[in-house]
Amino acid sequence: MSFDPVVRLTDVGRLHGDGPGAVTALSEVSLAVEAGELVAVMGPSGSGKSTLLNVAGGLDRPTSGDVVVEGVSLSRLPAGELAALRRRHVGYVFQDLNLIPSLTALENVTLPRELDGIRFRDARRQALEVLAEVGLAEVADRFPDEISGGQRQRVAIARALAGERRLILADEPTGALDTPTGDEILQLLRARCDAGAAVLLVTHEPRYAAWADRVVFLRDGRVADTATAPLESAR
Amino acid sequence: MAIRQGLLALLSRGPRYGYQLRAEFEASTGATWPLNIGQVYTTLSRLERDGLVAPGEQDDQGRVVYTITEAGRAEMARWFGTPVAQADRPRDELVIKLAMAVTAGADVRPIIQAQRTATMGTLQRLTRARRASAEDPAQRLVLDSMIFQAEAEQRWLDHCEAVLAASPQTQERQA
Ligand SMILES: Nc1ncnc2c1ncn2[C@@H]1O[C@H](COP(=O)(O)OP(=O)(O)O)[C@@H](O)[C@H]1O
Ligand SMILES: [Mg+2]
Repeated sequence: MSFDPVVRLTDVGRLHGDGPGAVTALSEVSLAVEAGELVAVMGPSGSGKSTLLNVAGGLDRPTSGDVVVEGVSLSRLPAGELAALRRRHVGYVFQDLNLIPSLTALENVTLPRELDGIRFRDARRQALEVLAEVGLAEVADRFPDEISGGQRQRVAIARALAGERRLILADEPTGALDTPTGDEILQLLRARCDAGAAVLLVTHEPRYAAWADRVVFLRDGRVADTATAPLESAR
Repeated sequence: MAIRQGLLALLSRGPRYGYQLRAEFEASTGATWPLNIGQVYTTLSRLERDGLVAPGEQDDQGRVVYTITEAGRAEMARWFGTPVAQADRPRDELVIKLAMAVTAGADVRPIIQAQRTATMGTLQRLTRARRASAEDPAQRLVLDSMIFQAEAEQRWLDHCEAVLAASPQTQERQA
């Protein structure tokens, strides 16, 4: 395990608008996630969870403070370089999955890699590998509406994991799944983490947050508290 | 507690020695309810008195094999067929603590926050234990039960926080 975190936020603030009508989405948030670490973010709706994830992955820019991903500060990075860094290092599982209905599972995972500039054959091979990793080899050629909700969720995860990206950001990836299916999703994220990725997971379900090494509680855009997993169980 | 019926259930799979029953009881419940060997033998002698198990001959090491009787099987079936009453649970200290804190006009938010962090720690520990015990279905279900309970407590704490934040009485106190 390296000592440099994969992502580090230092005194990060995110203000929407200005003047008296400004909305503070994040305020003075400092947080580092190392390789092999799974950190869960919890908090009431509107507390800044999605903003934290977006800022950590360079999808949104903080209005104060700094974000460093794989040793590169995002603050003064030109848009083009930021996009390149994101493609290389960051996998994102969005709250609403964002699968393209007219593409098969395999194509949904392959396409973003091609757009990243990877040759079709390599992108396809990577996609097949990661679909197998999430247990979807058999349904690779089906369309999103031909597979179950849990399988769709796993396609979205496969898309984020393809290409060995080391920073995985997942916003409510368990959505409305039943408990065993949600547990499978966590199993996948945990496995990737144990293989050396850094995972930042937003969830409002305590049972999924409990898979994390650390749980950060946000309130009104601030870190209210942090729970760290006890080192070893006492038994 | 259900030691009596638990031992009958284990004996329904075949005759067992006392020490075997103890090990199997703990394995099935994920060591959540450790039994000492004394409890096992006390319970067995009561079961024998009630005609629910029958002891065999002592072997040369002084050990006795117990066998379940027909009456024992009927008792086990009755237990499986009867729902457990909710009323026997001990009063929950956390519930009393929060109720008293509200009544006494204390600042409840830090109490809730500290409890939430502590309960999350418990939940993290249980989740690890469950990942480690995934192959044994009985153990897994016992840990799942404790996970659901900790989860319910976490939800209830969120609920308390939301209710208190919306209550004019508590807002006044915090102002
Ligand atoms: N584009 C935006 N413009 C104005 N306010 C926003 C914008 N995005 C988010 N916010 C506000 O920032 C706060 C945090 O939002 P968000 O990060 O989505 O919270 P969460 O994911 O915890 O529900 C909320 O008060 C939200 O209304
Ligand atoms: Mg959100």
